[in-house]
Amino acid sequence: MKKLAITMFIVLVIGFVLGLGLTGCGSNNEEETIPTTQPTAQPTQAKQYTIGITQIVTHPALDANKQGFKDELAKLGFVEGQNVKYLDKNPEGDMSLAATIAQQFVSQGVDLILSIATPTSQACVAATKSTHIPIVFGSVTDPVAAGLITSWDHPGGNVTGVSDWLEIPTQIQMALNIMPIKKIGVVYNAGETNSVTQVAQLKTAAPALGIGSVVEATVATSADVMTSAQSLVGRIDAIWVGTDNTVVSGFEALVKVCEDNHIPLFASDTASVERGAVAALGLDYYQVGVKCGDIAAKILNGENPANIPAEKMNLTDLQLYVNPTAAQRMGITIPQTVLDTAYKIINK
Amino acid sequence: MGQNQGLLYRITLLLLAAGLIVLVLVVWGRSLLYASCYEGLVFGLVAIGVYLTFRVLAFPDLSVDGTFPLGGAVCAVKIVDGWNPFVATLAAVGAGLCAGLITGILNTKLRLSGLLAGILVMVGLYSINLRILGGANVPLLRQRTIFDVVGDHLGLSGMTLSIVTVLVVVVIVFIILNWFLRTDLGLALRATGDNEQMVRSLGSDTSKTVILGCALSNGLVALAGALVAQNQGFSDVGMGIGMIVMGLATVIIGEGLIPTRGIALILVACLAGTFAYRLLINIALRIDWVRPGDLKLITAGLVIVVLALPHIRKMIRGEWIPPAKRV
Repeated sequence: MKKLAITMFIVLVIGFVLGLGLTGCGSNNEEETIPTTQPTAQPTQAKQYTIGITQIVTHPALDANKQGFKDELAKLGFVEGQNVKYLDKNPEGDMSLAATIAQQFVSQGVDLILSIATPTSQACVAATKSTHIPIVFGSVTDPVAAGLITSWDHPGGNVTGVSDWLEIPTQIQMALNIMPIKKIGVVYNAGETNSVTQVAQLKTAAPALGIGSVVEATVATSADVMTSAQSLVGRIDAIWVGTDNTVVSGFEALVKVCEDNHIPLFASDTASVERGAVAALGLDYYQVGVKCGDIAAKILNGENPANIPAEKMNLTDLQLYVNPTAAQRMGITIPQTVLDTAYKIINK
Repeated sequence: MGQNQGLLYRITLLLLAAGLIVLVLVVWGRSLLYASCYEGLVFGLVAIGVYLTFRVLAFPDLSVDGTFPLGGAVCAVKIVDGWNPFVATLAAVGAGLCAGLITGILNTKLRLSGLLAGILVMVGLYSINLRILGGANVPLLRQRTIFDVVGDHLGLSGMTLSIVTVLVVVVIVFIILNWFLRTDLGLALRATGDNEQMVRSLGSDTSKTVILGCALSNGLVALAGALVAQNQGFSDVGMGIGMIVMGLATVIIGEGLIPTRGIALILVACLAGTFAYRLLINIALRIDWVRPGDLKLITAGLVIVVLALPHIRKMIRGEWIPPAKRV
């Protein structure tokens, strides 16, 4: 038995090394390197594209990003079912799955990856490290801090995309226009680099805006949102949430705590207002997706992603959504002046 | 007669496995196979660790869910601090050894049941991992990892690099374990799982062997965690969730595929089981209507099939006598 086992093991190892040696050179070239610097034919000709799409979790903003991307690509000649096949895989918050999915895209030799949100983008960049598969990221707040690119103007690798960067002082000012806040609470996942950046900005901007203290409550998964929110009760005047994927995917729990305790809740993405936030001055994530689609079309037509600058959204693109019914449930009234400037009033 | 039929059964299974591999090669290409090889090797370490406690020690150690990310966390934090990645990986193993130590002590000295000890360590490690990571996630994208070092020396990159690096680690682990489990201490460890009272009556201290076995097992799992974290470019507090289920599934599948007589075959069985499991998972992910979230159900189904197979064989052959009919 011992001899058998050792022999089997040696055979496996040898077979493996031989297999790798014989085919090793081949496999690296075959499916993993996609030449993006050669100009390819017009998209309406027969070339079939496979595009991998992944987002860290399901929530309306990220879904809108994806839809905008698909619609824009269709407008530019890359139509699903005709010359494009989408591989849409969602790890629902599981980071190991995100890495596995990224690896799958690489081994399937996709032509382009759209990664929505910071954690999935990080996983995709790691998986494509030694390949030439281009990545377009969407809804990544700070791609430089996340390690995706080294510079906004010259990303310099195979990664570029559109950021949902927000100027935090503008965000907080919006909340201050609705009610005075001296103590503000913020719920976020310290493991998302996008949130860490935003909270740091909040803490720097708070004194100038007249906010005395910023109380933080962190979560690790969306299941922790309720407990963390409750830890803030009684210590703050209002709660603010940035573009944190974990908290936004567990948003309803936060809304419940705020309604039960009459704490106004302000968000940074407009879809959250429908889910119960008082107000949000947010981006139209569909437009973020449209810009991603533009970049992707350029790459598929042969441009080098290293030379395509990563973009932020125009701050004039911000839309103010308000929810007076939610405000009432949380114990405040939205001033008429704010209602007049609102892009959309939701009464839910 | 039983032996021959057993052999036929095994050969059929191996042929089926070979057929599956050929099918995979034809339909999906080499890269799916390579990805499964890499995962089979690195999660094979987890399988070996689970086997050590679950079968060898007969101690159901559930702390694996916490030790796997512990290895990843310690390794990631140390690499970001500037440590040599090899030293950081060894530090991760050390952390795993400590975690196993605690599980073993809880069981032997404080007399908690093995199951409970493992669960408590797993739960406690979640908080410890969060503290170590300083958040939920530490990125390793721009850091120098073991894979980068090996890649520079050997001039490899991509999946080939991952496989070769992990293969080297697995071979080293295989050699060490193969030697260790035949030493006096290793034999005492194996005997403890078999018949603890007998071992104690012969004068050996089973507390020591249980603690040692737990430590070794968790050390291996932490090693796997460190390797996975370095390869995937980040260490995350949730990366161990479901690891024990996967470990048990792979051990059971491996036992079904390869006769586990003798240490060397046992280790091979663990690796083979993990490879088969990851292969099936990767195939499932390629099917369009299967979502990543469905994988846990698929795992459970696989384990049920493998566990039920021997019984079904018995029933088919008419060898199963239901208790009531026993004369």
